[in-house]
Order: sequence, then structure tokens, then C-alpha cells
Amino acid sequence: MTVLLETRGLSKNFGGLKAVSDVNFRVEKGEVRAVIGPNGAGKTTFVSLISGRIAPSAGTILFEGEDVTELPAYARVQKGIAYTFQITSIYQNLSVAENVALAAHQPGGRASLEPLARVGLADRASQIAGTLAYGHQRLLEVAMGLALKPKLLILDEPTQGLSDAEIDNFITLVRDVARDETVLLIEHNMPLVMELAHRITVLDRGSILAEGTPQEVHANAAVQAAYLGTG
Amino acid sequence: MTARVLLLHGAVIVALFLLQFVASDYAVLTATRIMVLAVYALGYNILFGYAGLLSLGHAMFFATGLYAAALGVTRLGMAVPEAFLFAAVCGVIVSTVIGLIALRASGVAFMIVTLMFSQAAFLTVLYFGDITRGDEGIVIKDDQRVFSLFGHVVNLADPVLRYNIALVFLALAIAACLAVVRSKIGHVLVAIRENENRTAMLGYDVKRYKLIAFVLSGSFAAFSGAAYALLFAYAGSTLASIQYSIHPLLWTLLGGAATVLGPVLGTALMFLLVDFASGFTSASLLFVGVVLILLVLFFPKGILGTLRQRLWRWLP
Ligand SMILES: Nc1ncnc2c1ncn2[C@@H]1O[C@H](COP(=O)(O)OP(=O)(O)OP(=O)(O)O)[C@@H](O)[C@H]1O
Ligand SMILES: [Mg+2]
Repeated sequence: MTVLLETRGLSKNFGGLKAVSDVNFRVEKGEVRAVIGPNGAGKTTFVSLISGRIAPSAGTILFEGEDVTELPAYARVQKGIAYTFQITSIYQNLSVAENVALAAHQPGGRASLEPLARVGLADRASQIAGTLAYGHQRLLEVAMGLALKPKLLILDEPTQGLSDAEIDNFITLVRDVARDETVLLIEHNMPLVMELAHRITVLDRGSILAEGTPQEVHANAAVQAAYLGTG
Repeated sequence: MTARVLLLHGAVIVALFLLQFVASDYAVLTATRIMVLAVYALGYNILFGYAGLLSLGHAMFFATGLYAAALGVTRLGMAVPEAFLFAAVCGVIVSTVIGLIALRASGVAFMIVTLMFSQAAFLTVLYFGDITRGDEGIVIKDDQRVFSLFGHVVNLADPVLRYNIALVFLALAIAACLAVVRSKIGHVLVAIRENENRTAMLGYDVKRYKLIAFVLSGSFAAFSGAAYALLFAYAGSTLASIQYSIHPLLWTLLGGAATVLGPVLGTALMFLLVDFASGFTSASLLFVGVVLILLVLFFPKGILGTLRQRLWRWLP
């Protein structure tokens, strides 16, 4: 197995607050890795560091063995790290098709609508994105991530606000994606995580509390106390 | 769809060409001035309308071209074509340097930084009054505006020739704008305007694209300034003042930001409006102000912007 992503001593302080603290983390090619943890644990901050949206206070990030710590976000995207926002961030005033075309780097052109088909939005291609229902906007966000054809797809709480039926489709979709891409999934929905993840990393107050297979993590007493018990 | 677009923009150019055969001398002169300044507005619109960056300092780029051309022919012994080239090069250099600094800011800070730079440029023009002759201005002598091109003697004092030169510039500017807007760059600029964060997270080098828009826009302004100086034989400090930073913004808003022809229409309408109002009141600016307020209230997207929204979805 080859390591796709690795962080060494990764930290981020906001003033006095250690949002991410000395995290050593590895993801292997082809795996679906879930990152879970209570609200405010530092999950979004952690993946923001990986995607380059914010700069770390300390530590290094390696992607395919290359140090990308100093690279700006757009350059990391070009290397294959795709990020979907926890707070939906799409082009509200542009058509659904143009949103995906921008992601595919073929704006204004005839980009493939395949990513839309994969999330089940193909029939809404000409609609203005801002007029989509909230759940559909989340799916468009995922479709844009797919259109980037990334090596690592980071999904920050993608199922937040989706209906049960949509979540079922989403599980199928992630399985399908995971056949050729690596997925880093932040999720609060435990049944979904248990079903999809190969391995789970538990973050708590900026540090890794536990890591392992879904069964191992589920059985871990510390995790029970910090997270599963309250969730 | 592309045929429609070409037809519309071509028709505008043809109509302007035919105008010179029916218009009075005065109207030809006004139309010449409008066309030269419309080039300025077209460039402003690339930055403001498409990329969503509001500059309050474009007069510095207009003035760069204006003075580069005027000083080029009066002091540096350049012929008119050389002066145009010189002004364009100065425009590219100045807008690149200012852009690299100003684009570190965004939003209101960007507006203020561009405003400050422009004020500094304006004060510089006044400070070097010996060379620029301040608000009295540089007057270019008639013989300095005569040059030969491909064996023909060209005299810029000829109003009809001048009109057609301005028309060629306008046509080129419209064509360039259309090309930019319909290219990948144009679409990415709109994406940046609509959602800058998302655009960066799709792998676009947002800073680079903004700089491209800034330099294109500043270069159009400089070229328009050069044309203004050489066609009308004058370069004065009023043309470098804040007023000339606000003008292209108003013209663009009036005609429709982020439409290619909007700035052209806006420039023309504003001239006609001022002309019309000064025919019956000495408070013509007040009249224009009221019209602008009504416009913003009822057509917030400008004339062509509203037309596109309601009727012509295909308008670029
Ligand atoms: N830009 C910021 N400035 C200051 N503090 C921040 C900033 N971003 C996050 N924080 C703080 O860092 C901590 C971690 O936040 P983060 O958003 O990473 O948590 P999370 O695990 O994603 O939570 P959630 O499950 O609610 O999304 C929180 O205490 C938060 O208030
Ligand atoms: Mg979060």
C-alpha cells in the first residue's frame, strides 16, 4: 500500500486556541477514511490545512511523498486535492452545468455532465444553481469535487441536510468513487461512517484520540466517552 | 447564437460608420469623443463588470496614456504611431505595478488603495507643472499631429478622419472585449466575481486572473487616454482627476455592467443627457444625478443588463 497523504506534527492555533495540535496522520491510496469528532474538535480546520485554505502554525503536509506545505490552495487542487465546503459554496447565480464546467476547467464550454449524472442532478443541468433545493446544492458541491477528477476527495459533512433517500444514494456514490479515488470523509452520521469507512480517525480538541477500523473505534472506551456517548 | 452576437456588434459599428454621413459637424465631434472614451469604459468594465473589482483610480491609467502620448510627441520627438505604442507600453507597465500592489487588498480596501494611488498620480501631474503645464494643459501643435502611414499623409486635425480613427479603435476594443469575455479568462473572471473562494478551491490561480483583468483594463484606459490626447490635441490635469475615475464607473453602470456593449451605450447616453440638460438648465449635473438615481432604482443592472435579464439572454 502506498501512502497518499501524510501530515507530520500538523498544528493550527487561533490565538490561544489549539484548534489542531500536533497531528500525525496518514491516508493510503484507495481508502475511504472517515474523520469524526464532536463539534469544534477541529475537523474542518484540519482538512482546511490539508487543502491549503489556511496556513498551519507548525508541521508539514506530504502529498504523494511531496512536501506541499508551502503550496497555495489552488496549486494543491491542481495536484489532485479536492475540497468540498462544509458550508455550501457554489456559484449561486450560474447554471448547474456551468458550475460543473468551471470545476472541470472548461468554463463556457461543453463540459461532460457525467459528474452531475453521478450525483443524480443530470436533469437539472440548465437550472440556476441558487434555485436548487438545499440538498441538491450539497450534491452539486460533491459533483464539482468529482468534476475535478481528484486523487483525494475531501468531503466535509456532505450529507448534512440530506434526506434519508438522498443519503442512501450518497452511500452508493461514495462506494463508486472509492473504486478509483481516495476519500477523506468528515461525517457526524455514525451509521453512514460505519458502513463506508475503511478506517476511522477520531479527533477531539485538536488531537487524534483514536484510530482504527470501524469495529475497533466503536469498541474504544475513550471514544465512547468523548463522542459516541454524547452523539 | 454566435451569429446573433456578431450581427449585433457588427451592426453597431456599421451604424456608427454611417452616422458620419448624416450628422452635423458638432455631432461628429461629440461622437468622436464618445467613441474614444467608450474604449476607456469598455476596459473599465472588464475589471468592474466581469471580475467584480471596483477601482476608484482608473484616471491614473487614462492619464498615463494621455501624458505618455502628449509628452511623446511634444517633448520626445515621437511620431503619432510611436506615441501610441509608447503610451500602450507605459499603460501595461503602470497597471502591472499598481495591480501587483492594489490586488493585495480586496473589497473596500481595494477601492481605497486605487483611489489613493490615483490621487498621488494626480498630485504628481500638478507637481511637475513645468512639464505637464498643470490644469492649463499641454496643447499639441497641428504639425505634430501630421504623420505618414504606409506612404499616406495623415492629419489628425481632419475631423472626418479623426472620427474614423476613433471608430476603428472602438471596433477593435469591442472585438477584444468580446474575445476576452467569451474566452476561458472571461468565464473565470465571472467565477471570481461570483465566488472567489470557490474559484481558488477549483484550482484557479485567482491572483493571476485578477492581475490579467487589471492590466487589460488599465491598458485599455491608457490607450483611450493616448487617443484622447492625440485626436483632440490636448492633455490637462482635469483628465487625471478623480472625476475621470468616477466617469467610467457611471458609464458602465448606466449602460449595464458585465455586458460588452453596455459601457459604450452608457458613455453615449451620459454625453447626450448632459448635452440635453444643459440646453434648458444651468443645473445640468443635478438633472443627470436625478436620472442616475432613477436608473439605479428601476434598472439596477443598467440598460443592457436589464434587457439581458428580461429579453436577450444570449447577450454577452
Ligand atoms: N477562523 C477561526 N478563527 C478562530 N477560531 C476558529 C476559526 N475556525 C475555527 N475556529 C475554532 O477552532 C475550533 C475547531 O473548529 P472546527 O471548525 O475545525 O471544528 P469542527 O470539528 O469542524 O466542528 P463542526 O463539527 O461543528 O463542524 C473551534 O473551537 C472553532 O471555534
Ligand atoms: Mg466542521
